[in-house]
This record gives sequence, C-alpha cells and structure tokens, in this order.
Amino acid sequence: MTFSLTINGVARELDVDADTPVLWALRDELNLTGTKFGCGVAACGACTVHVDGSPERACVLTVEDAVGRDIITIEGIKGRAAEAVRDAWREHDVVQCGYCQSGQIMQAVGLLTETPKPTDEDIDAYMNGNACRCVTYHRIRAAIHTAASKMGA
Amino acid sequence: MNIQVSRRGFLASAAATALVIGYDARGALAAQKLQSLSVNPFVLIGADGTVTVVAKHFEMGQGTTTGLATLVAEELDADWSQIRVEWAPADESRYANLLFGSQGTGGSSAIANSFEQYRKAGAAARAVLIEAAAKQWGVAPASITIETGVMRGPDGRTAGFGAFIDAASSLSAPAEPVLKNPSDFRLIGKDRLPRYDSKAKTDGSAKFAIDLRVDNMVYAVIARPPRFGGAVASFDPAGALAVKGVLDVKQIPRGVVVFARNTWAAIKGRQALSVEWDFSQAENRSTDAIMAEHVAALEKPGTIARADGDADATLAGAAKTVEAEFKFPFLAHAPMEPENCIIAVDGDRATVWDGCQFPSITRPVVAGTLGIPPENVDVHTVYAGGSFGRRANPTADYNAEAAMAAKALGDGRPVMLVWTREDDIQGGYYRPIYAQRITAGLDEDGKPVAWSHKLAGKSILVDTPFESVLVKDGIDATSVEGASTLPYAIPNIKVDIRNMKTPVPVLWWRAVGHTHTAYSTEIVIDMLAEAAGADPVAFRMDLLKEHPRHAGVLKLAAEKAGWGEPVAEGKGRGVAVHESFRSYVAQVVDVSTDSDGVVKVDRVVCAVDCGLAVNPDVIRAQMEGGIGYGLGAVMRNKITLTDGAVDQTNFWDYEPLRIADMPKVEVHIVPSAEAPTGVGEPGLPPIGPALANAIHAATGKWVTTLPMVDDGIEFVS
Repeated sequence: MTFSLTINGVARELDVDADTPVLWALRDELNLTGTKFGCGVAACGACTVHVDGSPERACVLTVEDAVGRDIITIEGIKGRAAEAVRDAWREHDVVQCGYCQSGQIMQAVGLLTETPKPTDEDIDAYMNGNACRCVTYHRIRAAIHTAASKMGA
Repeated sequence: MNIQVSRRGFLASAAATALVIGYDARGALAAQKLQSLSVNPFVLIGADGTVTVVAKHFEMGQGTTTGLATLVAEELDADWSQIRVEWAPADESRYANLLFGSQGTGGSSAIANSFEQYRKAGAAARAVLIEAAAKQWGVAPASITIETGVMRGPDGRTAGFGAFIDAASSLSAPAEPVLKNPSDFRLIGKDRLPRYDSKAKTDGSAKFAIDLRVDNMVYAVIARPPRFGGAVASFDPAGALAVKGVLDVKQIPRGVVVFARNTWAAIKGRQALSVEWDFSQAENRSTDAIMAEHVAALEKPGTIARADGDADATLAGAAKTVEAEFKFPFLAHAPMEPENCIIAVDGDRATVWDGCQFPSITRPVVAGTLGIPPENVDVHTVYAGGSFGRRANPTADYNAEAAMAAKALGDGRPVMLVWTREDDIQGGYYRPIYAQRITAGLDEDGKPVAWSHKLAGKSILVDTPFESVLVKDGIDATSVEGASTLPYAIPNIKVDIRNMKTPVPVLWWRAVGHTHTAYSTEIVIDMLAEAAGADPVAFRMDLLKEHPRHAGVLKLAAEKAGWGEPVAEGKGRGVAVHESFRSYVAQVVDVSTDSDGVVKVDRVVCAVDCGLAVNPDVIRAQMEGGIGYGLGAVMRNKITLTDGAVDQTNFWDYEPLRIADMPKVEVHIVPSAEAPTGVGEPGLPPIGPALANAIHAATGKWVTTLPMVDDGIEFVS
C-alpha cells in the first residue's frame, strides 16, 4: 500500500505495509538514519521523533497511524529550543558513543518546549524513558539547564 | 538517496596529493607523497591544510578519536578545526595495538599504547614542514614557529601547512623527532578541546554500521536456538516467505537466516518462521542450578593463583575472622546500537563494514568462514554505538554470522545483518556467573594477617585464540585479576580459582574480572575494618603504604567527599579503591534511606590517577560513565535462565540505569607526570563495593548477592 507522510515538512510517498513502524520507514525507505533503532518496544527512546510537535517513539508508531501527522526527525528539527539544546550538548560534550543522542535531543527539545525552566526533577521525569548505556545523564541534566538559560537569555 | 560507501578504503576522502607521515616496514618514521605510498599512514596533510589522523583504534564513545587527534595536533600545533579522523584499514602489520601485537581496541589501552607513536608522527610532520618552509623562505628552521596551524617566519610572513606538502614529502623524516616538553603542552592536559565527534553525534549525521547502505544490499535477521548450544533440527520457511518483502530463507550453522528487502520485513519474516530445535547438546539448566554448582565448587580445591605465606594455617589461629560468600549473575553488555554489520563477498574477496573493535579477529574469522585468504578481507571501521566489551569477541560472532549468511545467500548481494534488542539480551556472551568466598583474619591488635579468596566462574579465554597468551597453568588472568593483585599488606594471602563449564558463551564485560573481584575484596576489607573497630579509610591507608597511587586516590576522594564528617541518621557513606588497567580509582558513595529502608544513591565522589591526563574532560566523562554503567548493573541487572531459556527479553526487564537513578558525580584527577593509562574501564570496579559499603553504613546490611534487588535492597524508583 502507499501512504503519504509529512516528514520534515516534505510530503513523502511510502510503499510499505500498514504496520511498518515509522522508525523503519525513515531508516530503510527514506535513508533518514539519524533516528536510531534501540529496542523496538518503546523502552529506550533512541527512535524519538516529534509528531505534531511532541516527542514520540517511532518504533511503535505505524506508518498507517502517522498519515496526516507532522513528523520531524533529528535531521529536520529547527527552532530556538533545538538550537539551544544542540549548542548546550556541544558545550558540555554530552555525547559518548552518541547512538542514543538523537533521541535524547528530540526528547530534550520537547521538554524545553513544554517547560522552559525545568528543575532537576522535571528533567528526570521527562527524560527517564531515554536510556543511555554510556550513562551521559549527568551531562544531559547540565546541558538542559544550560539550554534553558540560553533560551531565556 | 543511498549513501555510497567507497570500497577504495580509508584514503578515499584524502586529497589526491598529500604529505603522508607514517612508519615504514621497519617501524621507522617516513615522509612520503600519497601517490608513492609504501609507509603506513598515521598523519596525512592535504593541500588545503587538512590534517587527517589515521586512527588505529575504534570509537565506541570512549573518546579515542579525540584522544589520538589531540596527540597529533599537540606536536604539530595544528588548529583543531583542520583535524579530521579516519579509521585505519585492517592491517595488523601496520596498525597493531603495541600492547597486544594485534589490531584491536580493549583493556583501556588506546591512549597508553598510542601516546608516543602518535605524538612522534605529529612531531615528524612538523619537522619536515618546517624544514621545507625554511628552505623555501631561506631562513633557519629554528626561526620558524607554528601556532594553531599557521607557520610563521622570522620576518613575520605566514603560510599554512598545505603550501609545503610537496617539498616536505621529499624530505627524510627524523628518525627520532623531538617531542615537546610537557611544560610546553598547549592541548594535552588542558580542557580546551571539544570532543571531535560532538557535532556529528548531535545532528544525526554520525554514521554507525547500522546506518550504512551498500548498493543492492539485503537485510537479514537470524532465528537462533533459544537455548545455548542448541541447533536447528528442521525448519519450514513457508510462513516467512509469505511475508511481503521477504526474499529468501536459508539455514546456516548458527540458525536460520531470513533475508528481506528491509529490516521490518526480515523481523516479521522471522516471526512467521517455523523452526524445530535440537537441544541435546544445549545448556538446559536454570541459572539457579548453575549457581548452585558454582557455590558447591568452592568446597573443592581450586588452582592456586596466588600464595603468600600460609593463609589457611594463619586463619585457623586468627584472633578474629570475617567471611562472606558472593553470588554474581550473568550480565549482558546491551550496547545501545545492537550488533550488526554489512558484508559484501565478491569471489575470493570480502568487505566488512562494522563498528569493528578487533580487525585482527574479524579478518581471519570472516576469511575462515568464507574459505578465502585473510588478506582478502577488507574491514571498514565506523562509529560503534557502545560496546562495553561486546564487540571485542574472540569468535567475532556477528561478523561470522554475516559471512555465513552471505555465503548461504550465494548470489553476491551484500548482506546487512541486524540483531534486534531481544537477540542482544538473549544472545549470550555474558559477563560470567561467579561464586566467591573470602575468609580473612585479624590478629590481637586488629591487624589483618590472613586472606583466603576462593573463586568459581567460567573462563573467558579458555578455548579462544587468546588462551595461549593469557591463560597460564590453568589460570585465566582475567578470572582472578584484582584478586591475585590485592594490594593490601596482608602477610598470608591465598587466591584460588575453579574454571566452571557451561555452554553459555561468556565474554569480557567492561572492566572484566575486576567487576567481580573489586566488589568482593573491597567489601571484605570494610568487614575487617569493622571487626578491628577502625575507620574504613584509615584502615586501608595503613595497609597501602607500599602502594602510593592507591593511597593517593583514596586520600583525594576521601578529602573531597568530606570523609570523617558526621553522617545524618538514615544516611550512609561508603568507600572503595581499586586499580585496574594500570589506573587507580577511589570512590566515595553517599546514600540515604527512608523509613522503609528504600535506598537513594545521592552522590559519588571519584578520584582517578591515570598518569598524565591527555584529555581531562574525556577522563571525567569516562569516570561518570563507568560509575553509571556499574551502578545500573549492581542495582538491578541480571540475566537468568529457566530450563536453559533466557528469561529477560528487552530493556523492560533488563533495565538500564535511568536518568532519575543517576546520582550527582564529581570527578577529581590526580595531577601526574607518569605515562598515561586507561580510563574506559577503571571507573567501574569501585562503584559496586562503595555503594554496598554505603548501604551497610546506613542499614547494617552487607549486600553480597547481586543484583542488590535480589538481596533485599529496594531503590527509589
């Protein structure tokens, strides 16, 4: 079947099964590989994308359910929060292996969009589903605070 | 839309004309033009001034790309913005890890073995560039300076490196280039450099193996036996072949491969596959039975790994003794990027794209599987999404599977093999189960006089290519490291090991043997201190007089943590110190407990002595990561088997440490002029026992079974 999805502002036609997760459509059909496969069951957040402006797990969102919705990936994320988060991630050298960081960044942008001045507790609650096996959490917290300051400045 | 990965290899992105600095067949430094290459390049300088550092170590997040580039940039006085890093091809004659003699990354050794080699390459590049500039400008070489990539003559004229690459490539590189005096370092030991890989890893552009696309490639997943040591009895491919996108189904020695035109179809095809398994040679026991066998083995004699004095006799006559029995589970590495690689077979040649940790293993394993010469296997290394030991597998398991799959497909189409998270969690190569018992004794004055440490666990190295090097007299060094090297001044010490057998494949897991030995030894040291009525830090310091670097980190961590200050009711503070991979780390953990005894890990203060600190912030990051990786494991991770089948499936039930679990962490680096040593692993071993000692301080309970949740400890969730 063919499905029409809006990815990073562009309409894309996909000839895939209806139950194909958006994750695999992005990666294998559209070659948008910044969105990562980590678990396939919404338990790690490596595949986080924005759907109509909010972070969602692309590994459990089917192409069928994504029709008509606005999907933004790490390759397409823009705006004040995204820039602040990216800058802060680089300033704190958050990344190690980096595999989860697309998802971490997409989630953090969601947090700062909803809560411009998050506390440590807000950060822990909002980011808790995004696993990092290198354990960069210490720096993720610091970078989110820095990004919040940049946005407020 | 597909990214075309060049098969020309790592030099593809280098400019056609370049100055190449490398080592010739005799290991001597040489300068050459790219076109007449007979040396192994370590540094390439292009006409645009770009400096390409050829990394012989892969990047799994530990910061090696940054570290190796720092060494070259320092000696060359290059600007960080002109530096690029590419990974070396598979060629152990040129790119061996100088500590192993083979090409691979592990044992926290990348900077330790590269420190001089990469600095010399940078210094040689500097020397020939300056000599070439001096001739062209008609000035004395000593009058030319370089600062952030700009060469400056005595008359003030300036030029970039690119201006002299032609002239420099015909000069002889100095045999022993003059290295900077450490007091002149501008980059090493400073916090001026951002990570090399930060940018690409924050905009989605960094390529991991799973992100690569090769023309005409197919995707593959494998149905493997659900019990270790099982085999395919029969299978019916009909269900899989009926799934849209599935291309083929083939049996290989490791299971049944489903080939498809995309990953999702391959996964669905495998679900629809029907396989009957033969478990006659499999591990059909549960982990409870395996652990019971390990514990029972402690009653039998072991192979002696260390014997100082007479521990047994001294224990029999000791004024006081303490004893603890430890039980540790299998652990999966669970790197964020599941195991995967691409292989293309073309006649008697093969090319592998992988976040390859050990080209020296991948090459012969793939060659052996395909029946081709090892030198016909090219390996393209890319970023690896974590490893923690998983990708350094003496069997190169997933590379071998990919080769088997490509061979079975047989039509020359490249194969991308993908493991799902379930494959990873249930796929074995675990940190081995261990049972240990330590009995230790004090004399009348509260001084420790005897120590007996019994271990039982499956050797990682027996029956692997490393056995001949690292297993001696039945002792796998990695089974007893940290136990046989106990630093404390105790006159009578006995350490013995029992090598256990199970078809469950085991593998080194970040910090290897130290993960079980630091935990057991550092808890028993606290038990002895308690029995002696001594402060745990003072007790250790008294026994570490011959080990100043242990004592140094212990003192620093204790000071920074406010050791000795009163700790409030319900809170606890614990300490541990451990050397691994020639680096020394001490950690102080603070916990608090609520009225129900639920534990929260509040803070970790860490001190590390890894010799000269090349990239201090990378060192801090590795300590933070080692602490967090260890914390999650000791708190709640375990792999268990029921009748041979792995119980855990995914991150739901093998749950990593989460951000809400993460304590505050402070890292302090001991200033040192000693040779640099590793940081990838040494941050991990002390965290478990420091946490256990803190929990004991808060609750009075010694936690000796891991994970801690299985020993009655509840953590704030």
